[in-house]
Amino acid sequence: MSDAKLVYSRPQALVDTPNHYCPGCGHGIIHKLLAQAIDELGIRERTILVAPVGCAVLMYYYLDLDSCEAAHGRAQAVATGLKRARKDLVVVSYQGDGDLLAIGTAETVHAANRGENFTTVFVNNAIYGMTGGQMAPTSLVGQKTKTSPYGRDPAEAGQPIRACELLNTLEAPVFIERCAVNNVKNVLRTRKAIRKALDNQIAGKGYSFVEVLSMCPTNWGMDPVQATAWVETDMMPFFPLGNFRDR
Amino acid sequence: MGKPILMKGNEALAEAAIVAGCHHYFAYPITPQNEISAYLAMRLPEVGGTFLQAESEIASINMVFGAAAAGARAMTSSSSPGISLMQEGISYLAGAELPAVVVNIMRGGPGLGNISGAQGDYFQAVKGGGHGDYRNIVLAPASVQELADLMVLAFDLADKYRMVAMVLGDGYLGQMSESLVLPSPSGLAVDKSGWALSGARDREHRILYSLRLFPEDAVEKINLRLQAKYQEVEAAEVRFEAHRAEDAEVLLVSFGLSSRICRAAIQTLRERGVRAGLFRPITLWPFPYRELVAAAAGVRRVLVVEMNAGQMLEDVRLALGERVPIEFYGRMGAMVVEEEEIVRRCTPA
Repeated sequence: MSDAKLVYSRPQALVDTPNHYCPGCGHGIIHKLLAQAIDELGIRERTILVAPVGCAVLMYYYLDLDSCEAAHGRAQAVATGLKRARKDLVVVSYQGDGDLLAIGTAETVHAANRGENFTTVFVNNAIYGMTGGQMAPTSLVGQKTKTSPYGRDPAEAGQPIRACELLNTLEAPVFIERCAVNNVKNVLRTRKAIRKALDNQIAGKGYSFVEVLSMCPTNWGMDPVQATAWVETDMMPFFPLGNFRDR
Repeated sequence: MGKPILMKGNEALAEAAIVAGCHHYFAYPITPQNEISAYLAMRLPEVGGTFLQAESEIASINMVFGAAAAGARAMTSSSSPGISLMQEGISYLAGAELPAVVVNIMRGGPGLGNISGAQGDYFQAVKGGGHGDYRNIVLAPASVQELADLMVLAFDLADKYRMVAMVLGDGYLGQMSESLVLPSPSGLAVDKSGWALSGARDREHRILYSLRLFPEDAVEKINLRLQAKYQEVEAAEVRFEAHRAEDAEVLLVSFGLSSRICRAAIQTLRERGVRAGLFRPITLWPFPYRELVAAAAGVRRVLVVEMNAGQMLEDVRLALGERVPIEFYGRMGAMVVEEEEIVRRCTPA
């Protein structure tokens, strides 16, 4: 056993505890990627997490970070106040699609437009998870949800909104990238993007935004494997992966 | 003791916030309190603070939440419709037990109403406004001097009890210029290192939140702690002013701007041989129930005067019950109560 070498372990910034996420959900992966990036940068002791309302509301139990909870949609306003009061801290806002792009659209656009020096991780799984599968601002045309039982009809409910493209119309953001966690290659790219977004903040460069296409097998009515495929076949054509801005 | 200076109410309260050590202000423009923002936009950069014009009142109260979570003294200001938008955030501040100061320079309502001063937000300020069982400390100034003084007190009380302190003025008070002596810092420094977010260094990570799903009585336990705290505030922080109330046969009860008109009426009434006096709650919550009972002990009549449809009136009734006849005179929609009418109503037929 003397040759045994530790090659993989739980990131320090991740708490060793069971989580409440469904099988095949992407949040666990994204939490881990965030924790790994925080570990790599050695910033766990000065990072503040702003947790959203939605499935990830309890993530402050899973990340070993000083945290606060924001009202639904208000995470980036709370992050603004935190960061303005303590510029020496690293602030991360972690939000889902309903939080960031429906009820919190104004806070998202204006925090980005001010170039607030914090990092936003946006988990887009095209549905409301916590409340049981309602239509999200990012639900696809034709997507059946609890509140679009006949499929999203753009004549009634509008087209889905593309967050990266929307924010890319603004002058201030320094980093905007869309990633996914549906396969290993994409997971590794997401890890790199989150790391870059945190690097930017530490360097004082300004607003960084990482969108992550993620799976919600439970509310999509799929098994986890089908869900990873659906990200590729159905989400990516409308939400193309890639970097939109890197200054 | 400084020299008396002439200042507009809105500007005086803004300067007093800086005196109180508030370096973080987040707000959205709304009349009749825009001088606060303009003043702080100029002054806060001079003291190395943050002035941020938010995208909405909803954003500004949540920015206050963030700055308060980081342990900073933070405030926002608005007027009635804007304060309505902040109610969600105020409830979250209460739930997470964060100290913050909210200034409401009231205007006529409901709805968009008008832009002059009114007192129609008493219920909203004192009885809740947002969801859940919570309280805000509510301070009601009646002069520019008091507006400034109560700002310093508001920050101290907010910090001391980890709750929202609201300064409830109105458009007339905010817009009027009066001489005042700027308050001095109180010197109170509350140690926030035990709860503020600063990074989990050499300790367990901490969470500022209000969601408690497990066990099933977790939120009730939080509520019991909040209620115990509110009782402490009720026991220690009641403030009021009694003016010529000792020998009064008619007691006027009024807060804020309308109490000034009562004072003028009392002068006239006294000259005409009517022994009138004033009881003015300064803390609307905690309301001076016991103190009002004592002040009304020997009076024949009570007249409640407000610039609303009779909101504080309910608390006066709660305090005095059937002990003494209680009448009400009010004007609404930013109309101002008239001295002559108060005199008329207090003059025996």
